Amino acid sequence: MERIPILRMGNYLLVTIQVDMHDKLALTLQDDLTNRIIEANAKGVLIDISSLEIVDSFIGRTLANIASMARVLDAETVVVGMQPAVAITLVELGMSLPGIRTALNVESGMEYLRETVADHEESDGYIGDSTED
Amino acid sequence: MSKFLEAIQANRKSILQDWTQRLKSVDRRRDLLDDRELDTDAKNVLSAIADVPAETTPDDINAAGWQPLKELLANLSVLRAAKGFTPSETAIFVLSLKPSLFTVARQQWGKDAGELFLEISAINDFLDKLALHTTDSYIHGRDQVIARQQEEMLELSTPVVTLWDGIVALPLIGTLDSARTQVVMESLLQAIVQTNSRFAIIDITGVPTVDTLVAQHLLKTITAARLMGAECILSGIRPQIAQTIVHLGINLEDVITKSKLADAFRLALERSGRKVVRVDKSNGANTMSPRGV
Repeated sequence: MERIPILRMGNYLLVTIQVDMHDKLALTLQDDLTNRIIEANAKGVLIDISSLEIVDSFIGRTLANIASMARVLDAETVVVGMQPAVAITLVELGMSLPGIRTALNVESGMEYLRETVADHEESDGYIGDSTED
Repeated sequence: MSKFLEAIQANRKSILQDWTQRLKSVDRRRDLLDDRELDTDAKNVLSAIADVPAETTPDDINAAGWQPLKELLANLSVLRAAKGFTPSETAIFVLSLKPSLFTVARQQWGKDAGELFLEISAINDFLDKLALHTTDSYIHGRDQVIARQQEEMLELSTPVVTLWDGIVALPLIGTLDSARTQVVMESLLQAIVQTNSRFAIIDITGVPTVDTLVAQHLLKTITAARLMGAECILSGIRPQIAQTIVHLGINLEDVITKSKLADAFRLALERSGRKVVRVDKSNGANTMSPRGV
């Protein structure tokens, strides 16, 4: 069966969508990704949709769902490289995806993940220290 | 075939001569059209009238037989519209054929008043229709010119400028309507991708009015830019517009707004980890541009 590969890079998971998403593929990705987050104990997920040219309300909603699920599993999600046409379509569909973090490209997306995850770890460490004290 | 068309065919040469003379004598635009072009035009039009298929009647100028003539006149008018002729100058080209044809009609049927009247009114009717068609085509040509100019203005009016590495600005000037906003949105998003910009400043100093529709368009653009990973700052909101926005109940709370473009630029610089500092004058004079103080 067709699947979207999920790559692991340290603490982060990298998903590059290279094909046109159809509904079933999106649901499979949702399943796979949530499983992988647990398996890999990932702190961040980066979804690159720069090759995605067609998007509908279902795919948009699935992306939003994936982001929310990842957050529940303690992983930050950032969606990178959205094409102008896709952005316009989503806005016209009334989906502003308020819960999703976005970045221009993989590089700035990674940068964002590193910063936020590092912040989390710092603050976690700090709380740990304070409780020990 | 009607009688006057036969008469035209028989006297083609003399009519053409008479007509071209008349065309040259009326006050026409020598600066726009030289004599040779005028001669060719007149000759082509006259042959299109004379060489019409035998079964075609002049009563119905929408008949298939008149198509070549109509196309010829339409092209001519469109060309003249583009050259800068006035509508009446264009129509006079056809109408000045009337006296020439009337002369021929008098020669042919001068002795029979009833016949002469019938033919003259037929000629009159026919040429009036052609002149109207010419005017219609002229206006159509003008419309095309206007549409093209509008398109060009649309492209001209939406420049996306790069203010700094990773900061683009879109100074909007003029009223925003749906068609224009679409272009604005597309060119801004395209520029964000091309320049890899994390910040986009939309400056609406030059937008005279902001109504709910315009605000909605702006919000859409800002949301689309956010989806692509760029942050939008709205600047240049005049006091009057701020009042309108609040009175209309438009929610701009999720949008960063600044009153001046400079403030927005400063914010964008700050957020991208940059700072503008004043250079110490004594040091600055040496290191600054050679044009200096």
